[in-house]
Amino acid sequence: MTGDRATLLAVAGLHVRSPEGRDLVSDVSFTLDAGERLGLIGESGSGKSMTALAITGLTPPGMAVSGSVVFDAPGLGRTEVVGAGERRLTSLRGRATSTVFQEPLTALDPLMRVGRQVAEPLRRRRGLRGRALDAAVTAALEEVRLPDPERIARAYPHEISGGQRQRVAIAMALACDPALLIADEPTTALDVTVQADVLALLDGLVRERGMALLFISHDLAVVSRIAERVIVLKNGAAVESGSVDDVVNAPRHPYTRQLVGSARRLDSALDDVLDDWRAP
Amino acid sequence: MTTRRRVPRSATLIAGCVLAGLVLAVAVLSFFWLPYAPDDTSGDRLMPPGLPHLLGTDKLGRDLLTQLMIGARVALEAGAGSVLIGGLVGLAGGLAAGFATRWLDDTISALLDILIAFPTVLLAMLVTAAREASLGSAVIAIGLAMSAIVARLTRVLVKRVLAQDFITASRTSGTSWPRIILEHVLPNIWPTLSVNLALQFGLAVLAEASLSYLGLGAPPPNASWGRMLQEAQASVFIAPAGVIAPGVLLVVLVVGVNLIADGVRDVADPTRRRTR
Ligand SMILES: Nc1ncnc2c1ncn2[C@@H]1O[C@H](COP(=O)(O)OP(=O)(O)O)[C@@H](O)[C@H]1O
Ligand SMILES: [Mg+2]
Repeated sequence: MTGDRATLLAVAGLHVRSPEGRDLVSDVSFTLDAGERLGLIGESGSGKSMTALAITGLTPPGMAVSGSVVFDAPGLGRTEVVGAGERRLTSLRGRATSTVFQEPLTALDPLMRVGRQVAEPLRRRRGLRGRALDAAVTAALEEVRLPDPERIARAYPHEISGGQRQRVAIAMALACDPALLIADEPTTALDVTVQADVLALLDGLVRERGMALLFISHDLAVVSRIAERVIVLKNGAAVESGSVDDVVNAPRHPYTRQLVGSARRLDSALDDVLDDWRAP
Repeated sequence: MTTRRRVPRSATLIAGCVLAGLVLAVAVLSFFWLPYAPDDTSGDRLMPPGLPHLLGTDKLGRDLLTQLMIGARVALEAGAGSVLIGGLVGLAGGLAAGFATRWLDDTISALLDILIAFPTVLLAMLVTAAREASLGSAVIAIGLAMSAIVARLTRVLVKRVLAQDFITASRTSGTSWPRIILEHVLPNIWPTLSVNLALQFGLAVLAEASLSYLGLGAPPPNASWGRMLQEAQASVFIAPAGVIAPGVLLVVLVVGVNLIADGVRDVADPTRRRTR
């Protein structure tokens, strides 16, 4: 998009059809440059998650995927995801992209200690073992600002809080050191105060590492804080796209206007609440 | 990470281990020491408990304690062998069905339903007809019957685990299928599966006793508790020890194993461990 950055991901005419023949994603096209931050926005059920799954080649069994999803990550060569074999995809996943999901409790294995779950990609990607691996796990947990990382590494997911779990999930996704991080509503399941922290953390880490980010949310206010460009999805089709400023200030599609309107109303309602709260 | 394992304290597990351990101790002892030779018929017939035959003798004059000890060995071998066969075959079949596409899954499920409906005794007669009446034949029949049940359970558990987010999360970071099966699928089905296998162990012990009772188990002089019961049945009012002794041990072993099954549930699943 911006010219001097290399194109990392090119999605063209992406189509996902359910086994019942329903079009869940229709003709979605976009490109993402290395280090760029793109928001994918739309109401619940608009096909955001399905788009993300199709990008990683992880659509549920029975889904018919067509179109093209091409990764051109440094050191991996150009790879077409649609129609690629499991072997090829497994080697692509983690290095080209990894994902943080909405619900941190279910995205972590309940029976595995947190440290081991973070260790898994570190072991695989960086070939670390033993002491060095333990140290890298502690460092990874520290990086996502978890207090007392040694204790958290020994804990099971049910023994830590929701916000801490999501930080662990982010640490796991970052441990793969992907060129593109996909965050599928990573703050939706969290308390409002925790949401802001996790969002700031994600923003900082992605910037620091120069990773590309595909940030998925139903909340325009959240997306506009973290993304440079947005794509608006409705019923599986992209109805509008552009820079965050353009879309927020001059929405063209009625659906986008509706999203902007509700975001503004929520914002002002929040302001009112805060004003009331601050007033003596 | 050096983690000090919390020692799981489960009263049922301890009680189960004591009961099953008793039978295990008897079985182990039987390999090193027996009061009499298994085929020694030198005693008087149907002697009551006392000396020199602690539990008395059977209708052929064989020492009951000797037979009981060998029976413990046979019972444990039957349970372990059946669970080994049933567990491995069932786990493999269940995993295959759990991962299979629609039609293969349907085919395996239909096969399992047929196998489960098939009476174990009939299966044992077929295996015995093909081979011979032996402990091995009984174990193969019980293990095969068990494998269908284990496979059906495994299939459901695998499907449930595969539908979870953490599998998708693990796949998005590039974990291979074999690794996912080893690290995530098996540990997550294990708490339920191990409880079931422990229960199946108890059922297999009972099944072997039933088959031996019907003459489809280990031939003499390898006494099975089932055959001891059958042989002592006619003289139950004259020499009750011949029925009571194997009956009591059978109950001790099966109850012990079931208690272990209960205890294993708490130990295998950290989300169920009480934090103290
Ligand atoms: N496994 C599935 N099988 C069939 N339909 C599905 C499946 N998962 C999601 N869908 C459908 O796909 C559509 C898009 O879902 P999703 O991408 O999860 O929406 P979003 O993430 O935007 O909330 C929804 O209508 C949903 O019902
Ligand atoms: Mg979604």
